[in-house]
Amino acid sequence: MIGSDSVIHCEGLSKRYRGSLLRRSYLALDSLDLQVKRGEVVGYIGPNGAGKTTTIKILMGLHRQTSGRAEILGQPVGSVAARARIGYLPERPYFYDYLTAEEFLHFYGTLYGMSAQSRRQRIDELLPLVKIEHARKIPLRKFSKGMLQRVGLAQALINRPELVVLDEPSSGLDPMGRMLIRDVIFELKRQGVTVLFCSHILSDVEDICDRVAILVKGKLVKLAAVDSLIQETMHSVEVTVRGFTTEELSKISAEQPILLTPERATFSTPDHESATELVRRALDQNLKVASIKPRRETLESLFVEHYTAEDQDRGANPEGNQR
Amino acid sequence: MIQIWAVTLNSFREAMRDKVLYSLLFFAMLMILASLAVAQMTIGEYEKVLRDLGLAAISIFGLMIAIFVGIGLVHKEIERKTIYTIVSKPLHRWQFLVGKFLGLSATLLLQVISMAAAFALILVFAEAGLHSSLLAAIWLSYTELLVVTAIALLFSSFSSPVLASMFTIGFTLIGRLSSGLLEFAEQGESSSESFRRFARILYRVVPDLQTFNVRTAASHEIGVGWEYLGYGTGYAVAWSAALLLIASVIFHFREFR
Repeated sequence: MIGSDSVIHCEGLSKRYRGSLLRRSYLALDSLDLQVKRGEVVGYIGPNGAGKTTTIKILMGLHRQTSGRAEILGQPVGSVAARARIGYLPERPYFYDYLTAEEFLHFYGTLYGMSAQSRRQRIDELLPLVKIEHARKIPLRKFSKGMLQRVGLAQALINRPELVVLDEPSSGLDPMGRMLIRDVIFELKRQGVTVLFCSHILSDVEDICDRVAILVKGKLVKLAAVDSLIQETMHSVEVTVRGFTTEELSKISAEQPILLTPERATFSTPDHESATELVRRALDQNLKVASIKPRRETLESLFVEHYTAEDQDRGANPEGNQR
Repeated sequence: MIQIWAVTLNSFREAMRDKVLYSLLFFAMLMILASLAVAQMTIGEYEKVLRDLGLAAISIFGLMIAIFVGIGLVHKEIERKTIYTIVSKPLHRWQFLVGKFLGLSATLLLQVISMAAAFALILVFAEAGLHSSLLAAIWLSYTELLVVTAIALLFSSFSSPVLASMFTIGFTLIGRLSSGLLEFAEQGESSSESFRRFARILYRVVPDLQTFNVRTAASHEIGVGWEYLGYGTGYAVAWSAALLLIASVIFHFREFR
């Protein structure tokens, strides 16, 4: 059994789908080692077919691993004891459209063994949280995609889970829907709930997650804190000032501004220290500092870089995933 | 157990909101009503023909509901991927199957009661009389439906709906014919030993659905004893449990893509 602060623990986890007459066998997940600690929000990203959903299906007990081991909250994956403490929202979920939102949540609450009273209480909390309180008595077949995603999120939280696994929760949602998902994840984080968050929307992952795991062709190619990943790749810091004369500009920096308009001048500095010095000099000259922006690589460009590198490696080793 | 109850209630709701069910029920009612006209055209034995047709309608349409709604109940969960959110919850897969079975059993009970009520009304209207053996025949028809539902669940736990329908219909036909085949093999002088052995094996591995057929006795108003009713019910429960057990083992190892 693993330490009590480890919520997800995968060791050498592999999954090979059996082939058939027309299809080769396929290695969807290749010796995955992954640990998620209590209270963490971890982004799980990768291109289509990288093995993200396969990992989640193994963790949820929908698939069995070919080799390796995986535990959730100290229990083997797929065990009833583990599942009792998890909330799960699958990718592109379809729900029982003949049920109303309230009946739907009662159904899932009952599957967790919750009493009628605790279900009612929890539903009263969740419907306003996901902002579909007005649709309590409406059958799900009349729900929009965004509303279905929200009620799906509510079913994933009905049992006050210790771990929430969200597979592409923002896919196909409008900006308001995406913002709601982000707000809910922030609230879960505040409550100390562990979240494994699988998404293609990398800006969301960057904003929400503590750590990010990048999976390419079944292999974990990077697992690190989002901040450290981004810090590692910071290029420069840009400082923009306003209310200046040409003479004052020459006093605050020997370098020419990279962008100059009658109202604004933007300087590029190599690091935080140089930027701080430039800001101090600007303030000494009574200039207004409009913004200080670190220019860094985004998670998206980092992801593309890893993906391209891995793709080239596979090109050099044509065995790939198919055998 | 509360999890089984949740799945049972949900399956009952789903089946009761299935349009296929109401189409079948409509045709069953039509056939029961038509039996009145058909019986009018027969010479003599008017009441017997009326009872025969009514009992046959209940049995045939009950079987159709059990097979088509039964297969759809599990298949739809897999096709629409609602199964993902169910099997990731803290319930065993066998509990899911038992819940599905009980949900459809409750739906079938309601359908059989509705058809039986329509049948009783027709008999009263035609002044054909209501004999207790009719109730026994309808009850045993219902217990047969339980076995067929379990067969449908077994095949839909691992195969496509088309294959599951074919297997279930085939299994049901064999179940209805196996006792006759055995009798023919045992008594026929020209039967070879291998044919006899085949008929005996078939009779053992497939539920004998003729056990539930007391319709001929009922149409002649011959009473069916409590012992036989108990035996028939017990036979249905035992076969349903065995089939659900096999379905649960298969379902336990199934991966959902």
